Amino acid sequence: MDIRSLILTIIVLAILATSSVIAFYIKRQKDTIDMRTLEPFFSRLRGWWSLFTILTVSLLLEPLCGNTITLILFAALSFWGMREFLTLTPTRPADHITMFLVLFICTIVQYVLVAWNLYELFSIFIPTYAFLLVPACITLSGDSTHFLERAAKIDMGMLICIYSLSFAPALLSLQMPDNSSISSLGLLIFFVVIAQISDVLQYVMSLFPIRHYISREINTSKTWEGVLGSTLVVMLIGAALSWATPFSYLYAALLSMAISFMGAAGSMTLSAVKRDRGVKDYGTLVEGHSGILDRIDSLCFAAPIFYHLSQIILK
Amino acid sequence: MKLSELDIPVARLGLALLGRFLSGVSVSWEGCQPDTCQRVYYANHTSHLDPLAIWSALPQFVRNVTRPVAAKDYWEKGLIRPYIAQRCFNALLLERKEVKVHHSPITYMLNEMGDKYSIILFPEGTRGDGVQIAEFKSGIYHLCKKRPELELIPIYLDNMNRILPRGRVLPVPMLSRLIFGPPLWLEQGEPKNQFLTRARQAIIDLKEKYSE
Repeated sequence: MDIRSLILTIIVLAILATSSVIAFYIKRQKDTIDMRTLEPFFSRLRGWWSLFTILTVSLLLEPLCGNTITLILFAALSFWGMREFLTLTPTRPADHITMFLVLFICTIVQYVLVAWNLYELFSIFIPTYAFLLVPACITLSGDSTHFLERAAKIDMGMLICIYSLSFAPALLSLQMPDNSSISSLGLLIFFVVIAQISDVLQYVMSLFPIRHYISREINTSKTWEGVLGSTLVVMLIGAALSWATPFSYLYAALLSMAISFMGAAGSMTLSAVKRDRGVKDYGTLVEGHSGILDRIDSLCFAAPIFYHLSQIILK
Repeated sequence: MKLSELDIPVARLGLALLGRFLSGVSVSWEGCQPDTCQRVYYANHTSHLDPLAIWSALPQFVRNVTRPVAAKDYWEKGLIRPYIAQRCFNALLLERKEVKVHHSPITYMLNEMGDKYSIILFPEGTRGDGVQIAEFKSGIYHLCKKRPELELIPIYLDNMNRILPRGRVLPVPMLSRLIFGPPLWLEQGEPKNQFLTRARQAIIDLKEKYSE
């Protein structure tokens, strides 16, 4: 049993519980507080509860079902992210069968390859074979209007939602050093925790009065102060949590820095996609749904770099 | 309940969950609330998924007294279709081809509805392309003329045609929207065409107000 990762998840759940209690009291004072500033926190809070509950369960059940629960969790996140991406993307009726293949077959194949730890295959399956097959499959429909755009849109969705995100559960098959008491699932939990902390810190720190927007036309909340400031804080938090990783203080801090920068890049990129399509967030795309893509954008972008850096460091 | 009939509630629940999953539907009630009073739910029709999506979007206590209206020739074929249509959905199956005066579909529908059931129907008669809403067939008018106290609830379905377009078998479960609008009734002495235009306009209004 991986005690340290368990302690980390218990700390996270305790923080979530405290935040939920605070959120409950804040919501009762509707008149005095501006709910619009706080709504991003509430929606994040709901997402975190589900995410960390499942991760905790899969940590507790690890001796019984291995990595199955975590893999299914991330495959489901990919699927949901991809379906939001496709909903937002204008496609033509002729793309129907291609989208079906992408959504079901590509997701399943990618996660099966990850589950079997076939690194040579899962690291190229989507950027090579799926990327070639999507345009080829579209040609079968015989509709060549906006052909390049349609193929590129579906390819980009796959790259972000399925391929990149699958590197997070791929951490589960990284070889840990022999003397480490951390399981690979613990490494994944560390990654998710840091990515989420950096995501919310960037939002909080972007509220500071000095604001140099990264690109106001694309994202109205991300500022350079927010990203750089939160990266510094996240590096400190990462170093402070290095007991829950197989890394030294320095490496934990550097990995946290990488997560923070790539997370910001992910949020900016998906903001640009949303701007292009004229929606504010994937949640308002279909009201009532909390947009999964809004929650996983930073995870998607940070997962591959965290995987590869961890692989290098652990060697 | 008999043990041999246990498959029905299970299958109904399964269908409701499947409908929710496939249509990824987010439901909003604008101007009316779920209720078991007798209603006629009518919607724009773009996909085979529409009846399932509406049916599964209703809360269970409403779903139990709501029956979709479907085409008899399609749903009587094979083994699975009649099971789903008659036993799970408890659907009203209408004859499309041989409409006769002495067993007109309106009388049949009113008999089946009794004083308990609500119905789901698609007054366009056939599936559209998802952009235009076709002119309504007159059935809904004749129905309301016989029972003017029936509440008509307009429903706007968005994006269903991309999930399961005409002529496709495999669904691409994207996300969609379903909006229940404010109820309307047939006014006393209202001419047929005026009523049909008004009912159709109610759906167009929902589309313009909530989905853009």
